Formats: sequence, C-alpha cells, structure tokens
Amino acid sequence: MSLKKTALFELHKKLGAKFVQFAGYEMPIQYNDGIIKEHNATRDKSGIFDVSHMGQLFIEGNEDLTKNLQKIFPIDLKKLQVNQSKYSFLMKDNGGIYDDLIITKLKNGYMIILNAACKESDLSIIKSKLDKEFKVELKHDFALIAIQGPKSKDVLEKIINGVSQLNFMHGNNFKFGSNYIYVTRSGYTGEDGFEISIKNEDAEELVNKMLNLGSKLVGLGARDTLRLEAGLCLYGHDITEETSPIEANLKWAISKNRIDDEFPGSKFIKKQYNEGVSKLRVGIKPDIKVIARESTRIFDEKNNEIGKITSGTFGPSVNGPIAMGYVKNDFSKLNTKIFLEVRGKKIPASICNMPFYRKKYVKGDNNVRS
Amino acid sequence: MSEVKFSKEHEWITVEGEIATIGITKHATELLGDIVFAELPEKGSSVDKDSTAGVVESTKAASDVYTPISGEVVETNQSIVDDPSKINSDPEGDAWFFKLKIKDLSEMNTLMNRDEYDKFAKESSS
Repeated sequence: MSLKKTALFELHKKLGAKFVQFAGYEMPIQYNDGIIKEHNATRDKSGIFDVSHMGQLFIEGNEDLTKNLQKIFPIDLKKLQVNQSKYSFLMKDNGGIYDDLIITKLKNGYMIILNAACKESDLSIIKSKLDKEFKVELKHDFALIAIQGPKSKDVLEKIINGVSQLNFMHGNNFKFGSNYIYVTRSGYTGEDGFEISIKNEDAEELVNKMLNLGSKLVGLGARDTLRLEAGLCLYGHDITEETSPIEANLKWAISKNRIDDEFPGSKFIKKQYNEGVSKLRVGIKPDIKVIARESTRIFDEKNNEIGKITSGTFGPSVNGPIAMGYVKNDFSKLNTKIFLEVRGKKIPASICNMPFYRKKYVKGDNNVRS
Repeated sequence: MSEVKFSKEHEWITVEGEIATIGITKHATELLGDIVFAELPEKGSSVDKDSTAGVVESTKAASDVYTPISGEVVETNQSIVDDPSKINSDPEGDAWFFKLKIKDLSEMNTLMNRDEYDKFAKESSS
C-alpha cells in the first residue's frame, strides 16, 4: 500500500524533513534542527505542526443530531455553545476507548477531530450508532495546521485578523484569501495555540506566512515530547480499547450529569466512577537520568509487578526523563516509591503530578489551559 | 595512532599501542537524532567482540553500543554521561565512549576502513 501524503509534503521535503510512516501517512518526524530545538522553539516562541493526517469529521444536523450524539459521547452536548469545543471519547461497550477526540459545535452540526489511525473505523462506528440519516463526511480536501507556543497568538493574529479574541476551546470561521478557514484555540503541547482547518490548496501559503513571521516547523518527534511534558495522552499507548477514561484519570472529561445516563460503556463508567478503579494512569519520574520507555515493567519495593509504562521519553523542558503509565490503585498516590525495570536493572522512580511542565503564566492572558 | 576502523554496528575504533578508543560514528548520531542519555561499560570489566558495552538514547529510542573488539575496559568518558549532547556535536572526536586494553589485535582485521564504512552506511540507510 502506498503511503498517503499531506498537502504540505513538498514543503516538508524542501525544509529537510526526515519522514516516518505514521498511520498510513508519510509524516515529518523532525527537520534539520532536530527534536530538542523544535521542542524549545515551541516552548519559547511558536512551532507549526502539520496534523493533516488527523480526521476532520463533519456531521450536519440540528437538535435531532445533538440528541443522537448525546447517546454516543459521554458529555453534555446540549450545554455546548456554537463554536465551543470539548474533549471526549468514542467508547466501547466494555468502557474501553475506541478513540479520543475533540468535538466542536457548529451552526449546522458538529466537527469532530479524530486520530489518524482511528478515523476510518471511527467513521463507521459513529455512522452505525446514528439512528437517522445525517450527512456525515470525513473531509479529505482540508489540511489541519496547528501553531503552538507563547508567540502563536501574535503570529497568527498578523495573518488572520481577530483570532487572538478566541477563548480557549472555542473556535470560529475566518477568511483566508477567498476561502473560509475554521480556527480553534486548542492544542496538544500544553502551550497556548491554535488549530486551523484549511483547504489543501491554501495550506502551504498559510504555513509560509507563519514561517516568514519567525515560526518554525515542528515534527512528530517534538510533538510527542511536548504532549508528554504536558501530561496529555497518546491514543493507542496511554489510552486504548483496554483502558477506561476513569482508569486513565480522565474523569474530568465525562460530564457529571451524564453519569446516570446511557452511552456506550456507561454501566462500567458509572461503577468505576462510584466505586473506584483497580489501576490508574499516573505520572512517573525516574530518580536518575534513565529513560523508561513504553512497556517498561513497574515494581513495588517488594519486587511485585504493579504496572507498566505506556509512554516514556526525555523531557527537554524538564531536563530529565519523564513517563506515564498504569499502576495498581494502591500505588497511585503522589510520591510513592516504585521501580522500573530497564535493561535488567531496577531503576528507582516516584509517582508524580502531571503536567511535568507547566506553562509560565502570562499576565492578562486567560486563554491558557490550567 | 592507527587508521580509524569501523564496525557494522556504527562504532569507530582507533588503536594506540595496546589501547583502543571506541565511539559511535557521525552517521549513527544522524540516525539517532538528539542524544539525551549515555551509559558506559564498567571500568575493569571485560567485554567480548560484538557484545553490548553501552547504551545511547535519543528522544526517539534507545540503542545498544557494541564493542568492535574484545578487551578490558580501562577508561570511560564520563563527560558524555554528564552532557550527552556532546555525542551529537563531536561524535568522532571528544565524545569517545571507552578505552580497551586490547585482547587480540587481529580482531581489527574484521573491521572496515573509512571508504568501506561510508559505502556500507550509504547502502544500509537507503
């Protein structure tokens, strides 16, 4: 099977990208500067991310559609205002997660941003759960560009008048050339930033404008170190069909007033919500400078296996190794001493708070994820 | 100092008297990306040709470092443990990994010279 390319492929190539295969796409993992410089550029100024491989699902409809989607997603969509976004999940009946997603209410329906590897199966699952014929479409003619970092607001405002007025997790339509684009204030780095849905043919022009204003392209490598420092989950690793949102410590993403309702997995969610869970996703910091990667086994002081690492890397802004993983609930308390088995040795580590990196607070700027 | 030789695992080695100095190649560092962690063999330990004698980790992944010849570890370069980014900036110079007291000099004959290695590296990465 040949790999798919995004609208920015030629630009990536021109700028020295190293490519990897990701969810059937040929995507840049890094450019000439390398992961650490790209990471720091995002934390200090602004970084541009091509996330066009992600699914942009549009469903058209009105109140009937809201009622229908309410049965699929564990959030209160009736409370969602037009142009407001929420983080949610496509759930399995056993309480596991098919995908995590961002759902945004539009004037004439909903936009749902899906993970690249899941988007086609999500589409058929969602279609099968909609009990009426709504217009459902995965947009392939639109790119998705993110700009993230403290300077992203200034950079994007210079290109698209008015975007700096958006509140966090809100979006709107803006004009770019002769076409409309949809911009939301959101992201996956722990920084202030925006995600822009734009026609494929306009994507390169937008990115070139950002580059000319001093922003730097950032590959999937730094996207991973940034999101892990921010304590954000990567689907297929930190959350899967075998983990529930409650076990993943994402209870906040399930609307309280939906706990007694019916949605896929609701029985299990309700039970876990009220009675607690046997395993929990936690932040983990090795005491020494050793990186514990995904699948690293976790032990207690008595050498009993108590869990597994699901993501682990070196955090450039933390300047040390960081990880997240699942441990038995008894070991999930802050500062609990644990041991990570790396290359046959037991590395001492502690359970710690997430995010590992917290954005410096900018006075007068309330558009920052706390 | 002898001509620099190379292994298929992307280590370089130079020999001075009975002591060999070993590090990883520039090509290896380019494949790895930003190196953020290095682990060295223990001083005084004996290592066999082609066995694991260290680890480097980039932001992306961990890779073993092998010794291209057998011997006893007589010196290790702590400065690359303290600042692993040195391995990216000067892999075939200051950022050597360890020094060995050579057990069998003839093992050097199994290794590649610069031209052979460059050709090997080019072919294996294409």
